Amino acid sequence: MKKISKLPFSGTPEQEAQLRAWLEENGKKPGAAMPALQFAQEIYGYLPVEVLRIVAEGTGRSLEEIYGIATFYAQFSLSPKGKYKIAVCLGTACYVKGSGKILAKLEEKLGIANGDCQLDGKFSLEASRCIGACGLAPVFTVNEDVYGRLKEDGSELDAILAKYRD
Amino acid sequence: MDMVKVKINGIEVEVPAGSTILEAAYKAGIDIPTLCYLKDINEIGACRICVVEVKGMRGMVTACVYPVADGMEVFTNTEKVQKARKMNLELVLSTHNQDCLGCVRSGDCELQKLAKDYGIKDTKAWSGMNMEWPVDDSAAHMYRDNSKCILCRRCVAACGVTQGIGVIGANERGFETHIASAFEQPLDNTSCVSCGQCIVVCPTGAIAEKDDTDKVWAALADPTKHVVVQTAPSIRATLGECFNMPIGTNVQGKMVAAARRLGFDKVFDTDFAADLTIMEEATEFLHRFTEGGAMPLITSCSPGWVKYCETYFPDFIPNLSSCKSPQQMFGAVAKTYYAQKMGLDPKDIVVVAVMPCVAKKFEVGREDQSAAGVPDVDVAITTREFARMIEKAGIKFDRLPDEDFDKVMGEASGAGHIFGASGGVMEAALRTAAEVLTGKELEKPEFMEVRGTDKGIKEAVYTLAGKTIRVAAVSGLANAKEILTKVRNGEAQYDFIEVMACPGGCINGGGQPTQPASVRNFVDLKSLRAGALYTQDERMTLRKSHMNQEVQALYKEFLGEPGSHKAHEILHTSYVARPIKY
Ligand code: SF4
Ligand code: SF4
Ligand code: SF4
Ligand code: FES
Ligand code: FES
Repeated sequence: MKKISKLPFSGTPEQEAQLRAWLEENGKKPGAAMPALQFAQEIYGYLPVEVLRIVAEGTGRSLEEIYGIATFYAQFSLSPKGKYKIAVCLGTACYVKGSGKILAKLEEKLGIANGDCQLDGKFSLEASRCIGACGLAPVFTVNEDVYGRLKEDGSELDAILAKYRD
Repeated sequence: MDMVKVKINGIEVEVPAGSTILEAAYKAGIDIPTLCYLKDINEIGACRICVVEVKGMRGMVTACVYPVADGMEVFTNTEKVQKARKMNLELVLSTHNQDCLGCVRSGDCELQKLAKDYGIKDTKAWSGMNMEWPVDDSAAHMYRDNSKCILCRRCVAACGVTQGIGVIGANERGFETHIASAFEQPLDNTSCVSCGQCIVVCPTGAIAEKDDTDKVWAALADPTKHVVVQTAPSIRATLGECFNMPIGTNVQGKMVAAARRLGFDKVFDTDFAADLTIMEEATEFLHRFTEGGAMPLITSCSPGWVKYCETYFPDFIPNLSSCKSPQQMFGAVAKTYYAQKMGLDPKDIVVVAVMPCVAKKFEVGREDQSAAGVPDVDVAITTREFARMIEKAGIKFDRLPDEDFDKVMGEASGAGHIFGASGGVMEAALRTAAEVLTGKELEKPEFMEVRGTDKGIKEAVYTLAGKTIRVAAVSGLANAKEILTKVRNGEAQYDFIEVMACPGGCINGGGQPTQPASVRNFVDLKSLRAGALYTQDERMTLRKSHMNQEVQALYKEFLGEPGSHKAHEILHTSYVARPIKY
């Protein structure tokens, strides 16, 4: 199930105006909900309740209907991504080499669960499918950087995270 | 109308072009099983239990949505069809919590019946890992148990289409698909109005009322309590269905006898309080109409509607009649006037209400509903729960004699009885308002224009004592939304509007006996049930609320005039704007 963000909403009036303008023009067209959600996610980066309420109002649908669509399609996210997005590969090759344990260690170190983002918006953590670097298993990525051949005990993690201290 | 000829299992039938195979088969006297299909509101062709073979076509088609064509030959019961349906059922059962023995719907469950009809011997054929869903029992009126949900989405259509609310729907996808509210909020934290329309359309035990019968049994067993029961206008028109009587049978006499045998100290009629409501509401209407006040006046008998108004149209709160609903007026009078007359302490009186409605469970806990300092009504149970009590007590319902309600709060006029159908409150109010305005007896007490359960919005203009009164009777909340939006935008003007949350009124309430889709899709449930009440009214000599002698005695001995200060303290209430939640 999709992770629902507990972070406080930090949308700006400009963002809201942009979304409302789009909805004003397109919201009542048939099939508007999908593109509306796409546009909203482009603006906000994710889809919290505050945003879904605007989309529901603008498309004349109920909040639950919009939520149902947002959770049906994989492309929509209900929680924000951090400045540094950590994705731990749980593909078969990585998994047998202990990436599950690494994910658990990262959850512990970052204080957030899989699918969450830190309150200050710095790190977000998610599991991913095979990213095609099986030779390096187990693997995780921080934005574009790939870290592989990691030790199961997680002893390298602190040093890696320290690189993103800014 | 263009007609086409088709053959169903070799039987030729003629049906209007555009009919579905399901409809043509019905005409040929053949039932095709359905699970997801509900005429007009849920035509999604998703469950595929209704598959049939069509001559000349390779695959099977879904009979519920597939239109017939001239000359079409359909086979509804071939080996291939039976196999497909059986497999389909086995797959549904593989994720189903098969707890039939303890299930509220056992015996009238559409899934259970199909499993039996199709001879599913191995109900665990495809079982494996399953999702685990917690039961959502957060709300006062109902619970949802997704472990028994077959994802037919009938409830979603009832909530979203019929009622225009949409607080429940399908979330996530694939194996994780489930019915819930936005952001997985418990129902209590949504703007569900407690109408229960989702319950009566659910084919299984996945949604049901909160059972309050234990509270009633406990009260009946307590010798220190004086337990009285009131039955709503529509119960007499539906209760018989729970005991296999034909739809539309009026069982008032047996209902009273059953209640007496359950051990209630007094068996009273909510219809007495319906007449009382008319006295207060007609007075309120005439006052606002002649002296000013928020107009149109809108009725407040239906707690699902009241909650809807408070949540979605709070700007209309001043228009709501300040009258308590008949259920609550009854309780208020029982714990003041009746208590005094009987020399009872209101704290020792337990008022049980048998209602067509699950929102009544919410209503008993509302603020400003305690005329005697204790809640006006203690327990509200649905028609279904009442039937379960009768069943449990071993009372042979069909063999009961017909008995009469007890005195003091047991008399009712025909006007009180028709409260149970959409338009009934309006008609009852007009009968009284007309005679008060003109000072003359009405020649004809019928106001036909506001009758009927087929239309969700009925409008009429009447001239009473030279005054023009524009009225509307609305049922189903999607219709309420339509009409209130028009009034708000100045596109329509009325003086008096009746709103019932449930389509067709209380006779089709969320607490009424369940009927399978095979009945709902083909039988006019609403008009049959409403017919029982109109027939009763027609046969009576007492047809106007203000002629009710017990109501007259109540005013004379206790309340004074309709609309008096005392009447206001006891019979009227207040409303609150509610924020839209999830
Ligand atoms: S929903 Fe139907 S099949 Fe399921 S447990 Fe209840 S009675 Fe049995
Ligand atoms: S009780 Fe009424 S409002 Fe609430 S979920 Fe069911 S249909 Fe919707
Ligand atoms: S709760 Fe009942 S009506 Fe709703 S989808 Fe599940 S089985 Fe169907
Ligand atoms: S399994 Fe992890 S990169 Fe392929
Ligand atoms: S597909 Fe026809 S009843 Fe469900």
